[in-house]
Amino acid sequence: MSEKPRKIEITDPVTITVDGREVTAQNGELLIDACERNDAYIPRFCYHPRMNPVGMCRMCLVEVDTGRGPALQPSCMIPVAAEMVVDTKNEQVSKAQDGILEFLLANHPLDCPVCDKGGECPLQDQTMAYGPGESRWVEEKRHYEKPIAISETVYLDRERCILCDRCTRFAKDVAGDPLIHFIDRGSNTEIATFPDEPFSSYFSGNTVQICPVGALTAKPYRFRARPWDLEEVESTCTGCSVGCRITVQSSRNQVLRFQGVDSDPVNWSWLCDKGRFGFEAINSEERLAEPLMLSSDGTLSPGRWAEALNAAADAIRAADPTSVAVIGGAQLTNESQYAWAKFAKGIIGTDHVDAQLGDGLAAEVVLGLPGATIDQVCAPGSTVLYMGPDPKEELSVLYIRLKHAAQEDGVQIIELSPAASGLSPYASSSLHYRPADLPKLVEALLAGELPDQGLPGIDAAEFTKASQALLAAEQNLHVVIGRANLAESADCVAVAASAVHQAIPGATFLSALRRANLRGALEAGLTPGMLPGRSSLAEHGQAWKELWGSVPSTAGMDTTQILQAAAASKIDVLILLGADPLADFADRSLARRGVAGARTVISLDRFLTASTRQADIVFPIAGFSECEGTHTNLEGRVTRLNQKVTPPGTARTDWMIAAELAALLGKDLGVERDAHELWDEFTAHSAVHAGVSSAALDHPDAADGLLLDLGPRPFVTPVAPHVAPQSSYSLRLIVNRTLYDQGTEIHHCDSSSGLAPAASVRLSPADAAPLGAEDGTQVTVSSPHGSITAALIVDSGVPKGSAVLRHNLEGADPGLLIDSADVVCEIRVEVS
Amino acid sequence: MSRFSTANLRLAQEIIRRYPVAKSATIPLCHLAQEQDGYLADDSMAQIAELVGCSSAEVLGTASFYEMFKMHSVGKFCLGVCTNISCQLLGGEELLEHAEQTLGIRPGGTTTDGLFTLEDVECIAACTEAPAVQVNYRYFHRLTPQDLDQLIEELRSGALDDVVPAHGTLGKVRQDLGEDRIANITPPEDQTEPVWLRRHRELAEAAAAADAATPSTAGKES
Ligand code: SF4
Ligand code: SF4
Ligand code: FES
Ligand code: FES
Repeated sequence: MSEKPRKIEITDPVTITVDGREVTAQNGELLIDACERNDAYIPRFCYHPRMNPVGMCRMCLVEVDTGRGPALQPSCMIPVAAEMVVDTKNEQVSKAQDGILEFLLANHPLDCPVCDKGGECPLQDQTMAYGPGESRWVEEKRHYEKPIAISETVYLDRERCILCDRCTRFAKDVAGDPLIHFIDRGSNTEIATFPDEPFSSYFSGNTVQICPVGALTAKPYRFRARPWDLEEVESTCTGCSVGCRITVQSSRNQVLRFQGVDSDPVNWSWLCDKGRFGFEAINSEERLAEPLMLSSDGTLSPGRWAEALNAAADAIRAADPTSVAVIGGAQLTNESQYAWAKFAKGIIGTDHVDAQLGDGLAAEVVLGLPGATIDQVCAPGSTVLYMGPDPKEELSVLYIRLKHAAQEDGVQIIELSPAASGLSPYASSSLHYRPADLPKLVEALLAGELPDQGLPGIDAAEFTKASQALLAAEQNLHVVIGRANLAESADCVAVAASAVHQAIPGATFLSALRRANLRGALEAGLTPGMLPGRSSLAEHGQAWKELWGSVPSTAGMDTTQILQAAAASKIDVLILLGADPLADFADRSLARRGVAGARTVISLDRFLTASTRQADIVFPIAGFSECEGTHTNLEGRVTRLNQKVTPPGTARTDWMIAAELAALLGKDLGVERDAHELWDEFTAHSAVHAGVSSAALDHPDAADGLLLDLGPRPFVTPVAPHVAPQSSYSLRLIVNRTLYDQGTEIHHCDSSSGLAPAASVRLSPADAAPLGAEDGTQVTVSSPHGSITAALIVDSGVPKGSAVLRHNLEGADPGLLIDSADVVCEIRVEVS
Repeated sequence: MSRFSTANLRLAQEIIRRYPVAKSATIPLCHLAQEQDGYLADDSMAQIAELVGCSSAEVLGTASFYEMFKMHSVGKFCLGVCTNISCQLLGGEELLEHAEQTLGIRPGGTTTDGLFTLEDVECIAACTEAPAVQVNYRYFHRLTPQDLDQLIEELRSGALDDVVPAHGTLGKVRQDLGEDRIANITPPEDQTEPVWLRRHRELAEAAAAADAATPSTAGKES
């Protein structure tokens, strides 16, 4: 099986004898792992190194002698103890293995020729290695309808199931979605969902990867390839900023599958379904393959690269540098980000560069606070102050790690969020504040007492519990920050984080921002006022000027300001690096006016999006697994992205376009052959990148990537935003994301695109009752800026006084309600 | 829709309170639902899941392990004829065939009047009284085909209603637990040392303390 035993540090060594050799093992670890680590692999089906053992399949029987004579024991259930004598290969053991396999095969169909697992099937492999050569079984085998869909993407063939309990344990213990279960008993046992309640877990694809037979298969891969036809490279998922390690598997220049790789500091072999099945977007028919240019009839039509590049260079040359702006870049490789930072700031000379679309946190906050890794956040003994988005929806595998930390390692999670999240059931305390109250809540928690008049929605007893846990944590406090509410100013969480930083200097911070390589973009300087390597324009401008020849003289604008300037016709060239402000910027009206107001819009994208459709020049881009490079995840962990297939048509990598444009402007970006040169230049000049040079990344010990220097930088305390008092008959708006939405990526994945829910308005039972509304009632939500209509969902996870809308779903656009100038968005809800 | 009646919902909540962990009430609540409806309907399982805080699939998985929970509607009387060794030797199979003819259904079937469900059961531990039959788990011993016909007749006429209550009925008199009689088991996470261990430890400590207090005695004797 592809799973590897967990790497452990031996702190309590004992000596045991394995097949006649004396070896050292960790006291209490499972015998199956100890043997494997000492080159005595024991066959197994049900044991998985990332799940608790159950002793279900008995394939791992070995002869163990603890002084009372040898006996067959399941090695996945036996903790190692000093002086154990183990035989993994003798005749007794072989006979047991042979017998177990014969039992398992008694009901197993002869499906191998038509089974997707064939060629990588543990049952096939172990039968060949340890099993009876022939079957004595002449009776009828049990029969079931062949495969039944247990969810939109996963199919179950019950005849092939060997009842190992891996999928069900995963669903319950790892994902926390116990939607599949063994039903019935004895030889009638089968895996089943509840009638009409499919296995719609965000993590369902993992069960397909860990099923030791072909009982579970995933629709996107069924009958697409044979394992021996696949080629693979390791890479990092760029579906979100967690940065799970994966293998990219392809056949005939087409990516066919992603499989999770067990990266100890990050994803422990798990992936979310959005990431796992995200490869479908790579193969989409709608990928842009040629440059597009606005023709005289007002439509985008295919053009040649030379034409498009010249047109773009002309537009940039004609514009004053301060009227050129760049938005986006969070999906690029580190190298392309550096190239674009250098091109925009060093060559064009504009600092109006922002990789975030108003939905993140200020770069000073992300880069300035002392950093924490996922491992530190989740380590036993840690206390986590969670002030981020719903991790199950936005950073799914981080949710798995946090859930494990809380349930298995006793980590205390204090969750502060505007509404209940997927993490709430595992938090030791969960406080739901009114939007914009976070700074006040954190201040009160740190002071140990609630203000006299209390805080809306905060229960005094729960508050005291949270406050005590927070104050007791000291050095073990890890703070996760992010945007739990896109309709609330980012300053609120910045102020709260800064208050914790002041009060508890030992606390470290993990920024949970969703966009894949956003951390890399900020580190590369794709943000106003900053240059690569966490250097600020004001302080370190000179050093970079020496390297680049020039840097902008003053700090530029962020996306909100850029769009405002564009709306006022002050932006001549707006460059969109894979950004789609028309879908992603929270204030819809400003996004529309901004994109329409820019004189020339140049877009680099893989797909036609709402924003690229408005562009004058569109460059097709090589995306994930189509180019080499590196990636920085939310912790600041740099890993390699590897190329597996060629990009469609003439699509190029982003840095190449920067280099070409630089050349057309008569400048040199300093890259001749490949992206490595950019990385070498970047890492040589950035102190925080000193440890992640190409050579260091290629070291075999760096398989899980390498961390940037996470030490604190000078941190400017943000000013608390002023919030007008809430009027008594309005509600405050919460806008958050779901895993599946109408985003471009998901939209181009056939198996995931249908999974996005329809838009809805969620209200607490207390706010729904006076309206006389129930689930499904059409309600109108209005703010001073606009109104939308959607179906109501009464949700007890929403606190009284707030309403939740989801970002980017079909049917109702919360962007129409929001004005980015407001700290919070006050709304009214009425039955339409 | 079959959900708990208001009275049963109250009872369900009371049952849940008897356990330190709500999920432990799953099986008692399945019994309660089966008593109400004669079988365990899907929406009952979904409601039980809500009440004890787990998923419907977990309730289904737990309940389907047990033969005595019926997942689809059955007759008022579940009539099981044993065809295992002892009963087989003494005419169990013939008895089953006779029952099939009398009732006009195959094992697993239910008569159209909704009164009888016929089952072919494995040994029900009444081998000395073979051939044995059970109706809603009440035993009838050493039956001849004629005895069986008579039994069916009596069941149909209601003559045996006192002896054999409708399928799902748990007991003729519900054990009504007053709040004061609930055992109040401490939740596992709050459980302290079991009393016998505590006593053992206290004795050992007392002995050690006594030893420590009288070192001089030991010295004198030596
Ligand atoms: S479906 Fe696969 S993983 Fe699940 S119990 Fe069966 S064999 Fe194991
Ligand atoms: S959690 Fe993020 S990085 Fe991991 S598989 Fe999902 S989308 Fe990819
Ligand atoms: S691996 Fe040990 S019993 Fe299955
Ligand atoms: S064989 Fe019928 S009761 Fe035992």
